[in-house]
Amino acid sequence: MVSAATLERPASALPAGSALDLRHVSHAYQLKGEPLPVLDDVSLTAAPGEFVALLGPSGCGKSTLLRLVAGLEPPARGELFVDGAPVTGPDPSRVVVFQDPTLYPWRTVWRNAALGLEARGLLKSQRGRVDAALTLVGLDGFASAYPHQLSGGMAQRAALARALVNEPRLLILDEPLGKLDSLTRIAMQGELVRLWQRQNFTTLLVTHDVEEALLLATRVVVFSPRPARIRAEVPVDLPYPRHRDDPRLVELRREVLALLGVGDATG
Amino acid sequence: MSTSLPLTDEAPLALRWPAVWWSGLLAAAAWALAAYVTHHFPDQSEIVEWTQTGNFAVAQALVAAAFLLLAFTARLIPPLFRRVQGLGPWFVALGLFLAAWQAVTAKFSLLPMPFFVPPQQLIEVYQDDWVRLGESVLASLWLLARGYALGAGIGFLVGLGLGWSPRFGYWAHPVMRLVGPLPATAWLPLAFFLFPSSASASTFLIALATGFPVAVLTWSGVASVNPDFYDVARTLGAKQRFLVLKVAVPAALPHVFVGLFMGLGASFAVLVVAEMLGVRAGLGWYLSWAQGWAAYGNMYAALLVMALMCSGLITLLFKLRDRLLSWQKGVVKW
Ligand SMILES: Nc1ncnc2c1ncn2[C@@H]1O[C@H](COP(=O)(O)OP(=O)(O)OP(=O)(O)O)[C@@H](O)[C@H]1O
Ligand SMILES: [Mg+2]
Repeated sequence: MVSAATLERPASALPAGSALDLRHVSHAYQLKGEPLPVLDDVSLTAAPGEFVALLGPSGCGKSTLLRLVAGLEPPARGELFVDGAPVTGPDPSRVVVFQDPTLYPWRTVWRNAALGLEARGLLKSQRGRVDAALTLVGLDGFASAYPHQLSGGMAQRAALARALVNEPRLLILDEPLGKLDSLTRIAMQGELVRLWQRQNFTTLLVTHDVEEALLLATRVVVFSPRPARIRAEVPVDLPYPRHRDDPRLVELRREVLALLGVGDATG
Repeated sequence: MSTSLPLTDEAPLALRWPAVWWSGLLAAAAWALAAYVTHHFPDQSEIVEWTQTGNFAVAQALVAAAFLLLAFTARLIPPLFRRVQGLGPWFVALGLFLAAWQAVTAKFSLLPMPFFVPPQQLIEVYQDDWVRLGESVLASLWLLARGYALGAGIGFLVGLGLGWSPRFGYWAHPVMRLVGPLPATAWLPLAFFLFPSSASASTFLIALATGFPVAVLTWSGVASVNPDFYDVARTLGAKQRFLVLKVAVPAALPHVFVGLFMGLGASFAVLVVAEMLGVRAGLGWYLSWAQGWAAYGNMYAALLVMALMCSGLITLLFKLRDRLLSWQKGVVKW
């Protein structure tokens, strides 16, 4: 029996979370020959171990921002630093859980989760980490299943396990719980907080769900419609575990919804 | 499986004795008919004498007897019954076909005689000429194996290069567009002239015929890989080599197999033509040799062997694909 504790880093390791520093980042895509501005002068910092949630209207540029932080694309303007060093490309210490699970259909769940270790040549010595991550997301019974045999929510959890196996110092989550049913979702939110508290990695979470952002994050960043600008940063000064009917949380929720321009709809 | 439903095929014996396999009984009748036609009517042998007519009649009668036995016993042995059950109508049709074939050729000469041969003549060919036929099969297989392996290997690498490297594509793409669609057989005269031996020339031609579809489909397979697959691997620390071997190749494999399948079909065509025109061995050569001697029986015999060989090779390819692509939903059964 492999316990989730295998995933915890040794006490002597580096400071667990990365420091993140975005300075005046702007980005644009080419769409039919026209430049499409997506990010407009975004400056954002995150201290090591912080849990930052990003909220914004659909299509405003949140996923794009995550791609830049992951190092998958260079920004059109501005600079990104992680632990003081400029981001020049992807690095396994910064792991992304994408909006789509994008599991490899030709690999079993276990081999999908093992992807990062295999890519870095660590699989032989650290197989136990894969089992531990699958246990953590509740997929230990599906290790030998293929992705087409999973439900949408299970695929999302497999993608989460694939990220966690790599002991990220910065975990980048793009609506990772978007496809889960509400019960699994609540359970996974709890797991995510516990995991974050235990390992203390820095977390960047994109979500559409205001309540989820307030339940999980230490700070909520609200973006404008495309091109995304930071409209407000809302610190969430509440102890964990949080409760959705906490009066302070309800108050913050109203505040954030107002920033998103839908304050009246929920009264 | 189910023991609780008394009205199924596997009902308790006591309820349904005698348990007859009806299509087995029909098959026995059909084969008996074939044996009867073969034995009862005299051969119309003005042109050829068939030495195996008697033996063939006996063989068909034995098959009929075997079906008769099976008809009454197969249901008692469930594993055997499961195997033969679905084939019943085919056994019947085969017996009827043999009877009709016998009648219209050897017995009543309804089809022009030297061109259409009765089944017993095929048996004669296999009996008298099996050594040469066997050697021809081996020669064909060996030539095909060399050309196909070479073409599939190079085609795969070229396709990978086209899909992966723009610099390689810059040079290879125009060449492929011009040369690829040309049927490999068009090179035939030139190849036999340029290459030191007809064997190496044919190997080249078969490789060419195989390589083009494999290259194009590998290329399209690599080009159509979901780009997110690369992003995932890159964020997890994968380097170029890993992206090619562990992401691009497995993702493109379903396309590659379509190319391998098309290449195999093309290679058969080139094989036969090359053997008919230049190589002095193999089934293609056997066919044209038989034609030269007006040995029509040998032609049918060789055609049948060739059909079995090609079908067997395709089956082999599909088996390999089923193994490698077992993760896919709904793979076509060959
Ligand atoms: N590769 C691309 N090429 C061109 N345009 C793109 C590309 N990727 C994204 N875009 C555009 O950039 C804008 C922002 O996209 P992005 O995926 O960052 O939005 P998002 O905030 O994550 O939205 P959602 O919440 O719906 O996921 C969209 O208008 C989209 O059309
Ligand atoms: Mg998005």
